[in-house]
Amino acid sequence: MRFVDEFRDADQARALAAKIAALCEPGRQYKLMEVCGGHTHTIYKHGLEDYLPESITLVHGPGCPVCVIPMGRVDDAMHLAARPEVIMTSFGDMMRVPGSHGSFFDAKASGTDIRMVYSPLDSLKIARQNPDRQVVFMAIGFETTAPSTAMTMLRAAAEGLTNFSVFCNHVTIVPAIKAILDSPDLRLDGFIGPGHVSTVIGCRPYEFIARDYAKPVVVAGFEPLDILQSIYMLMLQLSSGRSEVENQYSRVVPWNGNTVALRAISETMELRPYFEWRGLGFISHSALRVREKYAAMDAERLFSVPGVRVADPKACQCGEVLKGVLKPWECKVFGTACTPETPIGTCMVSPEGACAAYYNFGRVERHRVPEAVPAGASGSAGSAGSAGSAGNS
Amino acid sequence: MTAGDTRQGAGGGGGAGGAADGGWIEQALREHEEVGRSEPSPAEPGGRRVLPVADRERQVLERIDRARRRRPRVREERVTMSHGAGGKATRTLVEAIFLDAFRNPLLEPLEDAAGLSLSGVRAALTTDSYVVSPLFFPGGDIGDLAVNGTVNDLAVAGATPLYLSAGFILEEGFPVADLIRVTSSMRDAAAAAGVQIVTGDTKVVQRGKADGCYINTAGVGLLSRDVSVGVALAQPGDAIIVSGPIGDHGITIMLARGELDIEADVESDTAPLNGLIASLLDAVPETRAMRDATRGGVATILNEIATAAEAGVLVREDDIPVRDEVRGACELLGIDPMYVACEGRMVVVVPGDSADRAIAALRGHPLGESAAVIGHVTDGQPGIVQLKTAFGGTRIVDLLVGDPLPRIC
Repeated sequence: MRFVDEFRDADQARALAAKIAALCEPGRQYKLMEVCGGHTHTIYKHGLEDYLPESITLVHGPGCPVCVIPMGRVDDAMHLAARPEVIMTSFGDMMRVPGSHGSFFDAKASGTDIRMVYSPLDSLKIARQNPDRQVVFMAIGFETTAPSTAMTMLRAAAEGLTNFSVFCNHVTIVPAIKAILDSPDLRLDGFIGPGHVSTVIGCRPYEFIARDYAKPVVVAGFEPLDILQSIYMLMLQLSSGRSEVENQYSRVVPWNGNTVALRAISETMELRPYFEWRGLGFISHSALRVREKYAAMDAERLFSVPGVRVADPKACQCGEVLKGVLKPWECKVFGTACTPETPIGTCMVSPEGACAAYYNFGRVERHRVPEAVPAGASGSAGSAGSAGSAGNS
Repeated sequence: MTAGDTRQGAGGGGGAGGAADGGWIEQALREHEEVGRSEPSPAEPGGRRVLPVADRERQVLERIDRARRRRPRVREERVTMSHGAGGKATRTLVEAIFLDAFRNPLLEPLEDAAGLSLSGVRAALTTDSYVVSPLFFPGGDIGDLAVNGTVNDLAVAGATPLYLSAGFILEEGFPVADLIRVTSSMRDAAAAAGVQIVTGDTKVVQRGKADGCYINTAGVGLLSRDVSVGVALAQPGDAIIVSGPIGDHGITIMLARGELDIEADVESDTAPLNGLIASLLDAVPETRAMRDATRGGVATILNEIATAAEAGVLVREDDIPVRDEVRGACELLGIDPMYVACEGRMVVVVPGDSADRAIAALRGHPLGESAAVIGHVTDGQPGIVQLKTAFGGTRIVDLLVGDPLPRIC
């Protein structure tokens, strides 16, 4: 199939693997973070780590929209959904996220009116069909999905719909990356930049990473060859001592982003002073809320929400996983108490969550391709798992 | 919201979340402790022996493996849509509730049909309910499905399908013209499959209590061949075959609902497999297992093989036939065709050296023209299905969790 198969070509992958292996300095360990959960999913779904030498560890970052929603916000959403006049609408991957009283799916089974939608525009359709009900859209995601929420609000305003509102949980990626860079737990060598977010915000916002923290960033596409090529580009920078922002995904990502989308966001939303991220805690100016001008579409203003901070269950180590401090399998409840069927933490819920990706796809002995074994190295092929833990003592 | 005002998540601390809702997390953690205790772990806090990373990871994988073998239990207080999706939750519900209540040697194998002996005559019995939405879709309707699905469940058990029952649950207001359309399809499908619908039942419920029309069919077939099939019989070295391109039915239904604004030239593959299976069993009587890949798709069947046979399964993504239209729709929707339902395709396990004969027999029948060997049963990790991806990597293919698409059949 065109535009897909070319980006999954095994011959090209082997050639890139050999070039990557050749760039590894003997004895040096490399930790590269893929910020975006979409990348984590691709890496495991296609078995990409088979192409990497043992000395390169991919660290999974915080860019999974569902994973970073704290439990308190899930409880707030449940509180809204439980109101008799409300129809709660949500993307499918939010449906199984556990709050302290179960998930949307559980609430739905108990009779709460929660409907799965593929697009926020579907919520508008439901609002038009149910003029006597209040339709609330559970808005989640980074800058990738914020424009579609914004456009939907603008459409609702233009239509004069009065029974549609948004429970806004949109977050922004740059403050999270900064929090990770400032975290003492982790030493990273470079970043595989989030491709989808960058289609909206462009590449400029990452320049501080290269300039102030001297770490290379390569904004990457979502096919396995995109990611492998980005790793190669990072390794080229590292081997020549450079730290720059590069755009591997130029077929989609404009350097300056999408100004139409950015305008729609800034028309309808503004930065919150602070927002809680699961695992990362409160990060200032890291999330969006609905602007005063659109208060009539802000579920938080229309209905009161408890707004109580709920700590994760003690056993859950999603925070460490989201920061890349722990590999999914290093969490003490991974795969035994916490599984995709009965997730305790969010990382096990979303297909983009590192734990779910590893559990569903990666729970297997790795078989490195011969090209990924640097000349002179021995005994690497066939070793278990994505070797190398990131900072776990 | 303030940072100071914090509650502990459910089950995490002193039951703050309330016993009713939070209890399962505590329970899960207790089970986790039990799994941990039963392992000879040198990494216990007292031991302090630091293991190399690969060994630690392997140890975790082994612990997960033990956890997965625990007796299934339904944790939810109410049935959710996942329980009907054909994946992990369905299996848990079937094993923990139905098998537990009805346990007997005929039910226990959980095959598509039960093998019975009626005064010395060997017969197969099966039943299936159909709740597909929409009722009419490109390539078929609920009537075709209700006949073909039950015929196929008998045929994959090695039986010759003979008689079907048909039970209808109709919603007040359902157009009679639609009912006639459905029954005509059933008549034609029964004729094509060589079976008769010989008994039935009708119930009508108030408007809003059912979605138009639900159908249940049961089927009886004769086990006249001297063959023994079942997924538990699969052995390392056996070849795994699919009888044609996968995922057509599921994608057709998904697009027919019109919620996705995607159009593609696909239609349901609903078809009776008894003719194809007869050709196969004539040529390869040593066939070990057959399953029609309905809900949960081919991936689910592969997992059933690996679990029942206590063997590994390795398949190659490149060898799995998927139409371009189906692949395209799956790419757009972010779903894996391996999990998408078929209604006229089956997965076949035959001894490795019978594979060529099986492929020739299947390809000789119009429904098996694109039959292909997609992989093998291996002596690898028991119960684990591995996929060699087209990209050249390796990954697991697990049972699906959650419900990508309810009411597919």
